[in-house]
Amino acid sequence: MTDVSNPKPKKKFSIMRYYRPLIAYAALILLLIIYRSLSPIVFRLPVLTAMFNQGMALAITSIAQTMVILTAGIDLSIGSIVTLSNCVAVTNMQPGVAPTLGVVVLVLLVGSLAGAINGFLVAFGRLPPIIVTLATASIFNGIALYVLPNPGGFVPEWYTNALTGRVFGVIPTALILLIVLFVFVWTPLKRSPLGQAIYAVGSSEASARMSGVNVRRTKLLTYTFAGTLCALAALFLTAQTASGDATQGGVYTLNSIAATVIGGTSFSGGVGGAAGTIAGAYVFAIIPNVLFAARVSPFMKELLQGAVLVVTISLGAARVFRVKNRLDIMK
Amino acid sequence: MALLEANGITKRFGGVVALDNASFSCEAGKITALIGENGAGKSTMIKVICGVHRPDSGDIIFKGQHIHPNNPADAVRLGIVSVFQELSLVPDMTVAQNIWLVNPIRNRIGLIDFKAQAAKTAALLDSLGFSGIDPDALVSELPLADRQLVEIAHAVHRDPDLLILDEGTSALASKEVTIVFDLLRKLRDQGKAIVFISHRMGEIEELCDITSVFRNGKDVRSFATGSLSDDEIVQLMIGHKMEQYFPEKPVRAKAPEPVLEVKNISWEHALHDVSVDVGKGEIVGLAGLEGQGQGDLLFALFGVYAGVSGEVRVDGRKVNISSPAKATRPDIGLAMIPADRKVEGLILPMSVGRNMTMAILKRISRMSVISRLLERAAVDKMMARLAVRAPSADIPVQSLSGGNQQKVSLAKWLLTDAKIYLLYDPTRGIDVGTKQEIYRLMRELADEGSAILFFSTDLDEIVGMCDRTLVMYEGRIVRELVGDEITETNLVAAALNLGEIGNNREVAEA
Repeated sequence: MTDVSNPKPKKKFSIMRYYRPLIAYAALILLLIIYRSLSPIVFRLPVLTAMFNQGMALAITSIAQTMVILTAGIDLSIGSIVTLSNCVAVTNMQPGVAPTLGVVVLVLLVGSLAGAINGFLVAFGRLPPIIVTLATASIFNGIALYVLPNPGGFVPEWYTNALTGRVFGVIPTALILLIVLFVFVWTPLKRSPLGQAIYAVGSSEASARMSGVNVRRTKLLTYTFAGTLCALAALFLTAQTASGDATQGGVYTLNSIAATVIGGTSFSGGVGGAAGTIAGAYVFAIIPNVLFAARVSPFMKELLQGAVLVVTISLGAARVFRVKNRLDIMK
Repeated sequence: MALLEANGITKRFGGVVALDNASFSCEAGKITALIGENGAGKSTMIKVICGVHRPDSGDIIFKGQHIHPNNPADAVRLGIVSVFQELSLVPDMTVAQNIWLVNPIRNRIGLIDFKAQAAKTAALLDSLGFSGIDPDALVSELPLADRQLVEIAHAVHRDPDLLILDEGTSALASKEVTIVFDLLRKLRDQGKAIVFISHRMGEIEELCDITSVFRNGKDVRSFATGSLSDDEIVQLMIGHKMEQYFPEKPVRAKAPEPVLEVKNISWEHALHDVSVDVGKGEIVGLAGLEGQGQGDLLFALFGVYAGVSGEVRVDGRKVNISSPAKATRPDIGLAMIPADRKVEGLILPMSVGRNMTMAILKRISRMSVISRLLERAAVDKMMARLAVRAPSADIPVQSLSGGNQQKVSLAKWLLTDAKIYLLYDPTRGIDVGTKQEIYRLMRELADEGSAILFFSTDLDEIVGMCDRTLVMYEGRIVRELVGDEITETNLVAAALNLGEIGNNREVAEA
């Protein structure tokens, strides 16, 4: 009883499914080649380490944003949660190792709580994510200013060195953290019922609900976990800048959306993932370095970041030209 | 004893009473048909039973216990699984991921084992007889018929005691229907209870043991299938006696002058050298198994596809239709009613009236502003002509029943004064009464001089409606049937590309 329901042969595997993240990696490689041709020292260890550190906070916040966007939501409070976590960190840190680790746990809890508030309002308040997170962004920022009205605070030197340095003097800690995050957090998540639920809810909330997926719980957990990741990003940022500042997290909101989109995650949810997003984040983070090496005025940074965003998402949409059924374009 | 009994169920949506003290029961080891016009309350009853809606009053007793499912997941745990009219698969996930979405297969360290899921899905699909489907294909890439099969597999996989198919075979062609029916009979013989909702009367007679008729939110009568005639059943459904089901076909002395001439159209791997003529006042059917290029032909003609080769003439003039916008221009005058009215035909949250005038906004505008007066006139005309059952033209289309939504979709194109209508399975999933109204309308349009190219998955419709029928197979037209030649036997034989009917007959006689 073969060929009954479907006489046409089926393609088993198609590289086109991975087209969009591959574009992000192609863009990253291209950027690194340009960078290398402008500045021969790029692949030396200290420069490489600095590069990893520079993109780290954006990479982590972008993974958070990717998770939320996969559920067909958006989180405009990501920068504010980073800011709040950063301020909480620098106002509580002390020289000793044990108290600092306590602060790390505290900060992760603060970020998770902030995310949970978003998730609760979105899932149970049934409010649009864009409005909820716009409002909570202001609230979290306000609390951050209250916690740390003036830039400053204390960060132990060993903490900075541990996070921004190299393990055994060879491998950048940031790289290890990123790999750990991808292999031991993202991949298991994607291969868990919760991960599948995230994709299902984003792809079609009605179908997911009909299939028996707990949609509210999925959303609540997604926003909460996004908050946790923001706190993690803030802990890294704190090490990197060795200070706190109630204004320095804001850029991550929009940049994380840009990195997610460059990385090939569909803005309408259900398609994409962290692998592309990491490349997207590093594309975005490295642009200023390349410009500096090319002796272009730093004022051009935003213009070029915007241009890269437009070009990569256009390439991502280029498959449209191959589509012979015009109704498919909109899918 | 009944496996499930729903007694005295009432359910209101706002001011609309969807179920009015209605009862329904079904037994283990029996297939029970639930029939009635759209809006009769069948789907609402099903949704109450499986926890999508909570009833305002009434009891549900399942396996002798009162149950109150709050959501589909609750019902699934109790052993009630349904295949809904609105498909419930997640489009951006693979077939296997969908089947195992809620209860995934894990490997030793607790991660989902996608490979094992795919392998088990392949085995499941094979065991059900749905072997052409790739477990790793994204659901969004599957043709509608395959999606429906996956949906059924998804439900059977949960091993229900009560399996409900709400229009669960509406997109399937006859051969797939046979496979599904064999499966349902097997499940029945294993002692499962099955509830089957369909608008295809033939399917119900073939498959079901008991038939329950609903009308206006109430249960009207249950009887052993076969104990009442078609006419009697239809009467129960619509509440009054029905005249002839299909409108009379005109008798022609000679072939009408062609309005649409299509010569040697090819597209990708889906269409090969297809030539079709549709004459003035003619209804030409497109038949065959699902996915043999019938839909592609309509889409290609309507300018949806890029890279179509061949020649198209309208009224003898060569035309180049490069987009739907061009196809609908007055000098070409094409109109298309797509299969999935929810996706391609209508903008659901917008009002009935706005949807109707969507394609004629320019004509009803004065100095680029839509004239309320002209709009109202056009909408009123259509509401009356098609007898759209809606309290007002200002309510959102999504609040109408499926049949009435389809009428709005038709109204949109009637208003364009099109000359050529491309109909893609226009009556799928709509009730008998509305179907009949649509048939009458089609014949009216033809009599007024329109040319109609009509694709349907329902063979009865092709037989009842078409002056001429083209049967497609693998993107080619394999046979043309004219007038009395259009019979179910000939259509099925041609659809399977069994060769000339003459030979076929000889085989049968031999």
